Amino acid sequence: MADLGAAGVALALFGGAIRASTPFLFVSLGECLTELSGRINLGLEGTLVCGAMSAYGAALLSGSPWLGVLAAALVGALLGALHAGLCSLKRVNDIAVGIALMVLGTGLAFFFGKPLIQPRAPMLPALHVCPTCQFAPLRAALDINPLFLIGVALAFVLRWGLANTRPGLVLRTVGDSSEAARAMGYAPLWVRLWATMAGGALAGIGGAFLSLYYPGSWNEGLSSGQGLIAVALVIFARWRPLACLFASLLFGAAGALGPALQSIGVHQGTYLFNAAPYALTLAIMIASASRRGTRVSAPGELGAMH
Amino acid sequence: MSLGPYFLRPVVRPLSRRALLAMTSGLAAALAPGRRAGAAGTLEIGFLYVGARDDYGYNQAHAEGAAAVKKMPGVKVLEEERIPETVDVVKSMDSMIELDDAALLFPTSFGYYNPFVLQEAKKYPKVQFRHCGGLWTEKDPKNAGSYFGYIDECQYLSGIVAGHMSKTKKLGFVAAKPIPQVLRNINAFTLGAQRVDPKITTTVIFTGDWSMPVKEAEATNALADQGIDVVTCHVDSPKVTIQTAEGRGLYTCGYHVNQAPLAPKGYLTGAEWNWATVYRNFVAEMQAGKPLPNFVRGGLREGIVKTSPYGAMVPAAARAEADAVKAKLIAGDFVIFKGPIADNTGKQVIAAGVDHGQTDLWLEKMDWLAAGVIGKT
Repeated sequence: MADLGAAGVALALFGGAIRASTPFLFVSLGECLTELSGRINLGLEGTLVCGAMSAYGAALLSGSPWLGVLAAALVGALLGALHAGLCSLKRVNDIAVGIALMVLGTGLAFFFGKPLIQPRAPMLPALHVCPTCQFAPLRAALDINPLFLIGVALAFVLRWGLANTRPGLVLRTVGDSSEAARAMGYAPLWVRLWATMAGGALAGIGGAFLSLYYPGSWNEGLSSGQGLIAVALVIFARWRPLACLFASLLFGAAGALGPALQSIGVHQGTYLFNAAPYALTLAIMIASASRRGTRVSAPGELGAMH
Repeated sequence: MSLGPYFLRPVVRPLSRRALLAMTSGLAAALAPGRRAGAAGTLEIGFLYVGARDDYGYNQAHAEGAAAVKKMPGVKVLEEERIPETVDVVKSMDSMIELDDAALLFPTSFGYYNPFVLQEAKKYPKVQFRHCGGLWTEKDPKNAGSYFGYIDECQYLSGIVAGHMSKTKKLGFVAAKPIPQVLRNINAFTLGAQRVDPKITTTVIFTGDWSMPVKEAEATNALADQGIDVVTCHVDSPKVTIQTAEGRGLYTCGYHVNQAPLAPKGYLTGAEWNWATVYRNFVAEMQAGKPLPNFVRGGLREGIVKTSPYGAMVPAAARAEADAVKAKLIAGDFVIFKGPIADNTGKQVIAAGVDHGQTDLWLEKMDWLAAGVIGKT
């Protein structure tokens, strides 16, 4: 096989963007929906981990990975409903509830996930985009999981739906001014319930991707903060689904940078490159916070006390 | 009354050894009347793990050892999982000692030793601490100690098999952190392979921590992309690396425990622990009232490490060569780190004619990578 060298790094970044971006994509799209309705759900890290565990368990018991994905979505929606339900009580802070649910979600996942660490569940299949490619690394990079394609399509659907459909308009109205939504005859609490449940379901599916495809096993270190990074991505993406897609691809590629550089013998700054996704999050937060008018595009009700 | 556990710590109080013997021979009840019903003659032993104890890796290997201890009479085993290498481990040790009267603790993760285990050993001079992987020296508390296995012997054998199997002559190693044990494994694996063909190289990728599943998968993919065809690892759970490598059609050598069920097509052999030997010895000595050794090491010869059975694809020539070296290692007349050996910056680290046998402590301070390893400490 040819020695790839530096071209290999480019290929690894490309492959990494496809392989590792899906959890970021699903969580950030889900959080995007929830935040557009005027609530922040910081608990999606817990939802992601819980979804990963449920998916693995369901796939193992049923023998079907797609049933695992379904189970993850259901568990995610339930956790979302719990968040929305608690937040609909008076004087309850959505950020505090989110943090509590993050701890609850990971705790539940670790507890019920104990017997799932050893066994091997059936994995989600990959679509071989280029099965005839002579070049093995390219062939591997082009093994794409259907969930990735669904996530990409979803970003476009949300982009269109938020701008052009009645539910999209209602969601944004609730998020910008619950007073106005109420005046129009919509119940903000119900809209937020659906939006948070949908967000939770998407985060759960993101978790299913982790445990059932890449890296494709259940263990307690599986997420290592990807759900939290994805929540931060939404602010970077300015609550725009297509920007969420772009940011997720960027973060997927950033994760591949450290290993790829080491594989061609670049060993300077190993730790810095390994920390690339986290450093990138920080840099993005600083960049987006220091710009004037940061909150112009933010939903008006975000962070408001009710 | 707290006579029970008091008597159970004979090593630091030699005078009470007789009392311990008396207790174990059935007089316990008379000497130490019911502090906690049934607890008097029981030796409480705590195992502390950094991850889940069924992780197909490091922690599972220790938990299998703990399971062997559980079968011994007169012991009660306490286990706690997922304890970070931070002040958390101090809290866990405190509670095992204060609340459960543990008299012997096995904190099994590398990062626990300094400063946490040393601190606790000073704080509780009557409790015995034996740590996996640390380097106990005479300056350290006498109730602390360390044990480890010369698993690089098995890595050397894996390297021989990998050297026979590799077509591209490029091997890969997914490693967590550049600490001496990891570097020693990388070097032994590479030296084993170079025995077959001196041109063979090993590319190392450090992921930065013991359990980073996504990064381990990325690392394995990056190695595959560079044309590497045999991969092994030193992380807490090799499951992700082995599965990802199997998916990419690579050969793999396992680590910690046998991962053959995860990779039926590519699993060649592997380096495994056999901690049951070590733990049973410690516990038996404690029960017999003997002082525990502070420094325990051993390899294939002592039965502390073992190799996975060869995969069906491993040809007879590879098996014969690995088996021959294994026999010599067991007999104790084979030296892996035998000069001349240069590091990968060209500097000679072991001069010609110098042997660093397994028990040589110099090897436990290893901070170099052998020539042919692509990587940096």
